[in-house]
Amino acid sequence: MEARAPAVRVAADARGSRLGHILDSEKWLGWLMIGPAILYIVLLVGFPFFLALYYSVSDITIGSRSSNFVGLKNFAGIIGTAAFKTSLKNTFIFALVSQVVVLVLAKVLALLLQKDFRGKWVVRFLILLPWVAPISLGTIGWLWILDSIYSVINWTLQAMGLISPDNWPMWLGIPHLAMGSVITVHVWRLLPLATVILLAGLSSIPQDIHDAAAVDGAGFWRHLFQITVPLLLPIMTVAVLFGAVFTFTDMIVIYVLTRGGPYDTTQVLASLAFFTGIQGGDLAEGAAIALFLFPLLLAAAVVFLRIARRAEVT
Amino acid sequence: MTRVQKAKRLGASGAHIATVLAFTLFTAFPFYWMLITTFKQTSDLMKRENNPFLLNQPPTLEHLRVLFYDTLYGRWLWNTAWVGVIVVVITLLLAVPAGYALARLTGRWGEQLGIGIFLTYLVPPTLLFIPLSRVIADLGLQDSLWSLVLVYPSFTIPFCTWLLMGFFKAIPPDLEEAAMIDGCSRLGAFVKIVIPISVAGILTVVIFTFTLVTQEFVYALTFITTASQYTVSVGVPTFLVHGDVYFWGSLMAGCFIASVPIAILYNFFVDRFIAGFTVGAVK
Repeated sequence: MEARAPAVRVAADARGSRLGHILDSEKWLGWLMIGPAILYIVLLVGFPFFLALYYSVSDITIGSRSSNFVGLKNFAGIIGTAAFKTSLKNTFIFALVSQVVVLVLAKVLALLLQKDFRGKWVVRFLILLPWVAPISLGTIGWLWILDSIYSVINWTLQAMGLISPDNWPMWLGIPHLAMGSVITVHVWRLLPLATVILLAGLSSIPQDIHDAAAVDGAGFWRHLFQITVPLLLPIMTVAVLFGAVFTFTDMIVIYVLTRGGPYDTTQVLASLAFFTGIQGGDLAEGAAIALFLFPLLLAAAVVFLRIARRAEVT
Repeated sequence: MTRVQKAKRLGASGAHIATVLAFTLFTAFPFYWMLITTFKQTSDLMKRENNPFLLNQPPTLEHLRVLFYDTLYGRWLWNTAWVGVIVVVITLLLAVPAGYALARLTGRWGEQLGIGIFLTYLVPPTLLFIPLSRVIADLGLQDSLWSLVLVYPSFTIPFCTWLLMGFFKAIPPDLEEAAMIDGCSRLGAFVKIVIPISVAGILTVVIFTFTLVTQEFVYALTFITTASQYTVSVGVPTFLVHGDVYFWGSLMAGCFIASVPIAILYNFFVDRFIAGFTVGAVK
């Protein structure tokens, strides 16, 4: 319904008269133009969010017609379970480890791509691929690369004489290897975005500053840590912020690669919420699990606001 | 330049090329792997001794035939395109006026409101899919593509409004003011002057909305359980991967076909997209 609003407005404009008066007032026109978008966001983001808050303190299930208020029972119930504890721990491990690795690799890659060389646009396209292709499909590619019987990684390791044919590692079947694999796929997925964000930052540093540092005799490392990194700090924060939000809340990689297995050792909060709330049918408990992600998002929002404000002042 | 210097420089550029290649190998390898698997015969794929990097038997089109004739893949592509187009239309109708209003009309409030709208983009599906699944069921939209049409604009509108706000801000206000002196209303100036010169920005929004739709996974997985109603990003991993029997050839073909064309299209617009992400941090 909201979608039709602009068409209605144009019709009103043609009619002129009193409505035309309102449209001439810039204040009213502004609110009319932005109103439908805000309404949509309130109805489909704001409302479900409060619904999630309510579900988490109720006993609602997929099949139930009515629901009762049960206080903090859901939270008390899940906090004690082993699956929840592992998921919470894994969520942090996946997000933190992949962020650190991504940041270091992206920094290196951005510095490499800053130079001009032949065929750069092909390289850029190939590096962007993991970000622009649907994640679920890219992850299936990895599922085949990490396959328990036909893994190309194992074949290569064997050809190099590093492993013997009868003990090929099961990348997704052994807890530590599975975690390593999931982290690798997260890194693969986030590297392109972090790299292009850092590249945008690098190219925004005026050449004068580099020249001045070179004249003053700054070496490579000194230049890196006293000029480039401090100037890049705000934009690195943005890269980390988006990366953190995407990894903390992601369930696609887990769902496609391991479904949380083996034995919940790669389960994260997002996937646990899905398996509990949707596949298990316990909406209340699922909502409660998902809400544990909220404090984190709030922190991300605060950081973003501070960056935006600082940019406004300068 | 002495010979030593020359050698040093050659070595440095060699190291540069080698590192760039290593990175490229890491990011692009899965897609190369999809491509080569697509054309390999099953007996070749299922032989551990065969060198997996090569075609050990003549290439085959069998996997593509299976994908298009024996699975619902074609239907999923069509579903994805259908949802994508409608979501693009809804997003444009709401985000273009909203972006303009934020850029020009709401004044002091505009900035705060813009940041507020952008922040809703950070609210992930993971937080909302449980209550929304109930809302969708109550509306009777379960198993229907309309559920996706309804919900997807909730993440495309915030980001696109933010992007468009940036585009509109970059247009000098003199243009509209001149038109308004000539008797145009503010709305008339927006429709006749601003929109035509913002075609590039609007096209960017179209591409991003479409790619966001093709990438979405969580909502489609939650709302839809009938195979014929899936989108590509959910249909392939849930329906083609079932049990312990994997049709790797068809699976990889399905992944490759759905990812690479979109990636090529997206590649032309990626700089504008990054500009949207980094507004505020780069000046």
